[in-house]
Amino acid sequence: MIEGLDLALVNWSRAQFALTAMYHWIFVPLTLGLGIIIAIMETLYVKTGNPEWKRITKFWMTMFGINFAIGVATGIILEFEFGTNWSNYSWFVGDIFGAPLAIEGILAFFMESTFIAIMFFGWNKVSKKFHLTATWLTAIGANLSALWILVANGWMQKPVGMVFNPETARMEMTSFWDVLFSPMAVHKFLHTTSSSFVLAAIFVIGVSAWFILKGRDIVFARKSIVVAAIFGFLASIYTVATGDSSARSVAHDQPMKFAAFEGLYNGSEGAGLVALGLISSSETDPSNENLKDFTLKIEIPNILSYMAFMDWDAFVPGINDLIRGNEKYGIMSATEKISRGKLAIEKLKAFKEAKKAGMVAQADSLKTEIMSPDFQKNYFSYFGYGYISDPHTLVPSVPLSFYSFHIMVVLGMYFILFFLMALLYTLKGKIHKHRLFLKAAIWTIPLAYLASQAGWVVAEVGRQPWVIQDLMPTMAAVTKISAGAVQVTFWLFAIIFTTLLIAEIKIMMRQIKIGPKSEGGPSHV
Amino acid sequence: MKQLRKVFRFYTEGFSSMPKWGKQVWLVILIKLFVMFVILKIFFFPNFLKTNFKTDADRSNHVLENLTDIN
Repeated sequence: MIEGLDLALVNWSRAQFALTAMYHWIFVPLTLGLGIIIAIMETLYVKTGNPEWKRITKFWMTMFGINFAIGVATGIILEFEFGTNWSNYSWFVGDIFGAPLAIEGILAFFMESTFIAIMFFGWNKVSKKFHLTATWLTAIGANLSALWILVANGWMQKPVGMVFNPETARMEMTSFWDVLFSPMAVHKFLHTTSSSFVLAAIFVIGVSAWFILKGRDIVFARKSIVVAAIFGFLASIYTVATGDSSARSVAHDQPMKFAAFEGLYNGSEGAGLVALGLISSSETDPSNENLKDFTLKIEIPNILSYMAFMDWDAFVPGINDLIRGNEKYGIMSATEKISRGKLAIEKLKAFKEAKKAGMVAQADSLKTEIMSPDFQKNYFSYFGYGYISDPHTLVPSVPLSFYSFHIMVVLGMYFILFFLMALLYTLKGKIHKHRLFLKAAIWTIPLAYLASQAGWVVAEVGRQPWVIQDLMPTMAAVTKISAGAVQVTFWLFAIIFTTLLIAEIKIMMRQIKIGPKSEGGPSHV
Repeated sequence: MKQLRKVFRFYTEGFSSMPKWGKQVWLVILIKLFVMFVILKIFFFPNFLKTNFKTDADRSNHVLENLTDIN
């Protein structure tokens, strides 16, 4: 089945999933971050009693509402795709994903139907404090909702707390807490949510900058910038910290991804970090088109070793070490992993045939062997390698991983500076004089989205060819359906999502032009 | 009962006094949900294993067959 797979089918299925996930991710980070910013603004209103804060809260709540409404349920399409295009995968992980996704569904349902309704319909109908509680619960609920999705994603990057049952052909959860508190999942959640806070803060500053440039609603815009700049600055510092711990997790559990996004071909002790680099079009290894050398690079010595292992002189394995193996540092070669994976598949095949032939005792004995901790650790943990025929296919796209990672990091550094400048200019009361900065603030909004999307490219492209790290390659996960059918739905989604995005931008732009309203109607203070 | 009526009134009043943008996004939501659940789910995204196999045992066997058929 795997050998006979149409590559076009795998590629179209991947493209379709990437398209829907990336479009979905346009809506999500703003919801996660703006929810918290609104809650802070409303807290200021309740604490000070100043009606200006209520006006500010209501305006950003409108932006939140538009984004939330347009984006809501777009993630369900990903679940449709699991069932249709990725049936092997969805069956294989069903037991692991069931619990977190069910919790997410229930949480999202209660949050959406209850607290959001109070947030939007409850002004002047419930007490100030009750309304504020609903706003905070909406914001926290949205972030908790993201937690369960990111726990599921974290498990795909580093599968833990499970055992494979050959009888059901499923991964079965042995420890919910191991899945929930896996360092990969925890770091992923913290980094993703904090970077979403950064994006939302930039959105608030960018839109507020537009008001100042137009000479409208200056008090509103300045107050919004102060809240967003402080929140964004703290979130961006925290994003750096969570990014650092995330990178350490990746270096430990996904060394190939780590080597790819750093463009590290040959490992070394005291490895340097490529701060800036340009990858050439020539290959360092003719057998692998992914291994391209640098035309230009600025490297900071020892930083990569420290970043990965908190030791300035630690050995960081490169792509070649991971493919060929490195005895000195105890790194198993890809060939050895492939042979262990093939053995695991053979054992599973023997189980299947014994079961089919009605040889109950033999099937039971094979099942016991496959589920034994020793077999799971030494053979089944390499199961996915059994599908790999050429070790070089274990290397993800280095240019795409490298550039995405560096775009994300460079923009992340720029955002810290951006928040500081916004805060400084606003507190000095001179922000209206810095028209270039105000224009840059508007253009920083798409940059924030670019950084956010680049982060996901690093995470998802960087782990290729795996859909579940070491256990299931993408080609084994896909359903054998017509590539043409997937192509049709790809374009269908492209049209639907683009329409939704246009609708969001149009409705938002109209509301921004109307501006914040005073209780009696539009106001241009 | 009184509480339920209060909740019902809260929602109906909220919806009826909704601003123009609110009505627009609700229209987008309804169209989107219709497209997703009535058109896409039914015509383009049937659950492959649920549609083609009756029991979980059949589904397991099918996936097992796929996972072990690598030649």
